[in-house]
Amino acid sequence: MTSISSFYRSSVGCKMVMALTGIGLVGFLCAHLAGNLLVFKGPEALNHYARTLRDYLPILWVLRVGLLAMFVLHIVSAIRLTQLNRWARPVAYTNKKNVRSSLSSRTMMLSGLVVLSFVLYHLAHLTFRWTHPEFRELGEFDVYQMLVMSFHSPYVAFFYCLSIVLLMSHLHHGIVSLFQSLGLYHGGLQPVIRAAGAGVSVLLAMGFLSIPIAIFCGWIGL
Amino acid sequence: MNVRLHVWRQQSANAPGKMVQYEATDISPTMSFLEMLDLVNEGLVAKGEEPIAFDHDCREGICGTCSLMINGVAHGPNEATTSCQLHMRSFHEGQDIYIEPWRARAFPVIRDLVTDRSAFDRIIQAGGFVSVNTGGVPDANAIAIPKPDAEAAMDAAACIGCGACVAACKNASAMLFVSAKVSHLSLLPQGKIEGSRRATAMVAQMDLEGFGSCTNTQECEAVCPKEISVASIARLNREFLKASVESSH
Ligand code: HEM
Ligand code: FES
Repeated sequence: MTSISSFYRSSVGCKMVMALTGIGLVGFLCAHLAGNLLVFKGPEALNHYARTLRDYLPILWVLRVGLLAMFVLHIVSAIRLTQLNRWARPVAYTNKKNVRSSLSSRTMMLSGLVVLSFVLYHLAHLTFRWTHPEFRELGEFDVYQMLVMSFHSPYVAFFYCLSIVLLMSHLHHGIVSLFQSLGLYHGGLQPVIRAAGAGVSVLLAMGFLSIPIAIFCGWIGL
Repeated sequence: MNVRLHVWRQQSANAPGKMVQYEATDISPTMSFLEMLDLVNEGLVAKGEEPIAFDHDCREGICGTCSLMINGVAHGPNEATTSCQLHMRSFHEGQDIYIEPWRARAFPVIRDLVTDRSAFDRIIQAGGFVSVNTGGVPDANAIAIPKPDAEAAMDAAACIGCGACVAACKNASAMLFVSAKVSHLSLLPQGKIEGSRRATAMVAQMDLEGFGSCTNTQECEAVCPKEISVASIARLNREFLKASVESSH
């Protein structure tokens, strides 16, 4: 126990926790996207998928608790390290150039916080249905209808797209960074990891963005 | 040539500081950056003003003492070049040049452009060594070392401990420095034995000194005058992870 707490107290250990929880969150996003893309197969496929998930409620709850734990750990560590990093430079430069670092690497907290606000809205919107009480009248599992109706609101669609673009930015740096944090970014692996980071972040974003685009173009409707 | 300098002036550690403008006139393009500062200082002394304090020693790029943030880049615009090896031909006529000290909580300003970098010494004292019995010098070839390991250790050993990595990092993180020292020693058979203890102790001291954490932006590698690669940070992370797993048994 003491070794776990001293591991987490160290800046390097804390960063590794971010990397491990980051992997878990990326895994969740892949699974979530795979489910969402069933919308292209029609209402039956998506609603059947949603119902099947609920049929395995105990397993679903284990996954939910695990996911929540990872998310909370990721955010708590992010805030802790970001505070530490700000504290480490009390006087700013009057003139500072960035020579190599990418914009995404310098805005991880910002992209993370927008993703967080989106996740909270998303839960209130579709899981708890606080923001749209009328969804409760749709019956339990009409996920398809909720989804299509939601994207008809330009505000919701805009917020969704903005969050996905920032998520792409978060992962563009995050995926390469996690390999470095875990000590795996070296030698011949470097170009492979860089390509994977760019590939996975862009593919995930394209997948998530394809749904509002399809609705906007009328390819998916009620 | 003539350039306009904007220099951080600060009387002492606790005094407030500010950027002050100086005209550097009749500069030869073949002068080094520090020689240009020497000339400006001669002018200041002649006028009865306090010369600009800056750190320097070897002036040939091997000691790591010079430490100037020049136009927002640690050691200035040229790659793989210390401030002392930078020449005025890298600037143009009439250019504005901003000169600031390294900025980090762990590197407090002593005066003007001089900072206290003894935090690095304490990190070395925490584990940046190989414990050996003193006595006769061992035979140079008594321990065979594979060529690639010797090369990688040599590359890491090129670190001169100037602190440019800390200065350039948005988090004032010392990970490139620590990882260079850990790589340099732990790649060699003599240093491998204490590898785990070294990684844990040096990281702990680094945190204690108030350096930030690494967010893998790679800004450090870009400004390092000795071109230490961030691959050594991955090696430090591996060593640290291995040590943590070992100590949990
Ligand atoms: C689905 C949600 C998320 C995913 C998939 C994700 C993924 C990742 C990954 C893979 C990393 C790299 C870890 C490493 O460098 O070792 C990372 C880092 C980070 N994340 Fe997230 N993250 C998510 C949400 C968040 C949220 C909500 C926040 C903000 C509160 C956040 C803030 C950060 C920060 C500050 C870093 C470190 C940045 C750096 O090292 O430069 N993330 N994230
Ligand atoms: S003065 Fe020695 S490296 Fe610049």
